Amino acid sequence: MIEICIRHEVPGFALTCDFTAPAGVTCLFGHSGSGKTTVVNAVAGLLRPDAARISVNGRMLEDSGAGLWLPPHQRRIGYVFQDARLFPHMTVAGNLAYGIPKEPKGAAWDRVIGILGIEALLERKPRSLSGGEQQRVAIGRALLSGPDLLLMDEPLAALDGPRKDEILPYLERLRDEVQIPILYVSHAVSEVARLATTVVLLERGRVVRSGPVSEIFADPTLVPVLGARDAGAVLEARIVRHHDDGLTELSCAGGTLWLPQVNGAEGSGLRVRISASEVMLAKERPEGISALNVLEGMVSAIRIGDGPGAVVQLQVGDAQLLARITRRSVEAMGLNEGARVYAVAKSVAVARADVGAGIR
Amino acid sequence: MSWLSPDGWQAVALSLRVSLVATVVALPFAVAVAYALARGQFRGRGVLNAVVHLPLILPPVVTGYLLLVVFAPRAPVGAALDALGIRFAFHWTGAALAAGIMGFPLMVRAIRLAIEAVDPGLEAAAGTLGANRWRVFWTVTLPLTLPGIIAGAVLGFAKALGEFGATITFVSNIPGQTQTLPSAIYAFLQVPGGEGDAARLVIVSVLLAFGALGLSEWLARRERQR
Repeated sequence: MIEICIRHEVPGFALTCDFTAPAGVTCLFGHSGSGKTTVVNAVAGLLRPDAARISVNGRMLEDSGAGLWLPPHQRRIGYVFQDARLFPHMTVAGNLAYGIPKEPKGAAWDRVIGILGIEALLERKPRSLSGGEQQRVAIGRALLSGPDLLLMDEPLAALDGPRKDEILPYLERLRDEVQIPILYVSHAVSEVARLATTVVLLERGRVVRSGPVSEIFADPTLVPVLGARDAGAVLEARIVRHHDDGLTELSCAGGTLWLPQVNGAEGSGLRVRISASEVMLAKERPEGISALNVLEGMVSAIRIGDGPGAVVQLQVGDAQLLARITRRSVEAMGLNEGARVYAVAKSVAVARADVGAGIR
Repeated sequence: MSWLSPDGWQAVALSLRVSLVATVVALPFAVAVAYALARGQFRGRGVLNAVVHLPLILPPVVTGYLLLVVFAPRAPVGAALDALGIRFAFHWTGAALAAGIMGFPLMVRAIRLAIEAVDPGLEAAAGTLGANRWRVFWTVTLPLTLPGIIAGAVLGFAKALGEFGATITFVSNIPGQTQTLPSAIYAFLQVPGGEGDAARLVIVSVLLAFGALGLSEWLARRERQR
């Protein structure tokens, strides 16, 4: 449990940030300039805010009221920066060992190196590594310092698409296998949707909302904050079968989903983000259409936008879906809260980047 | 008869000793001052910067005169040190002191530039990994600054070898005692028939300067390859 309360003012920007983060990955989400990095730097002790109370698992790191301020090296916080910041004069092994209090390296060494897949890199120098490899080493280095909390400040932002896809599975493994709370800064919706347990929405230095990821991403009132184009609910699903025609059958709260070949063993959990603009609504169960995914649900909220668009929230089983349709359709279909509808989504419309390992 | 006169050899040996001692003793101070100027935020930083650069902009004779005023046997500081058995005035240690002070700003400048080129983000990262400032300095800042420190040391050494004005003002020109290479060249030029000796010492000076430069290049290259 992390408790954070920060007040900080610089000319033209005031940060008032107050939230608690449970175990798992807490994503600080917001557009650039919303104060995300200021928050993590304050937690790490790299920036001293005007006033703050910060505690991790009950251990107070900073309490300006009581005059307490621990310097970064006494905070037991691992920090993965956007630029990996590996020490260029040391080997990968030297970098990894830097934060380890003392030899011998112990079981954590082998485990972290195994999770991150960096055993082949140990003798290399950082400059000979790719961006993705550098970032994996940086994550390992932070983990091996034995932190109470791991901070990640847009660790994927400096990487190109394929490199991001290379690292995301490692981050998912980290979330599931390492019992360290993670505070993860990002402005990429798909990353947050894949990794977050909890989302804290920051806007212009203030916390707009915080809560479980499925709740935040399925809230139609937050669509403008997340960006209409990026809106989309997150569903937890389970792999039922891989079929011969290249499709994977998933079961989720609302029924069966068909997606193009998904990695993962049958029975394993998945997390799927279904973009609101890819969901179509019908009042009756559609027959004779090409789309494979049809989920039955009930309208639980409708948010009419400023323009021609509207966002409809559906209750599907005990999960929620978002659909972005026009106001004209809302009126023509006579949709209102409580109406029974069918949500239709094409299998191929679910982006590969939006399918990630589910939380175990 | 050897190639160099006994006075010439003496001057070469003395110069090497004076320059080496001046460089080795001044180096840690230069690193500390450079670090304070590059990374420190304290009152009087500007004053420290000015004082360090003073020997670079003052006429060397003035620096030598000021050293004499402070360290002469009958001056307060000089007398106190004399009581402890430490002598600077008209002694080879005084030549080393003068050479060290004249080379100091050059060393500080080179090292400071190197420290400023070290990404503070790396130091911050080391901090989050549990290293206190002292450990960060020794394990991150200093190793990454090493090429700059080598360059600074070579500059300081070369400056010490060539230092003339402050040295001759402070410790005079006593053969075997305070007569360094430049002083010896100057002395040979003052006596009729001394041109040959002077020219040979000039050749030695040039060789030593090139040797120092080559050594620093070699060290820097080895450091880069590590």
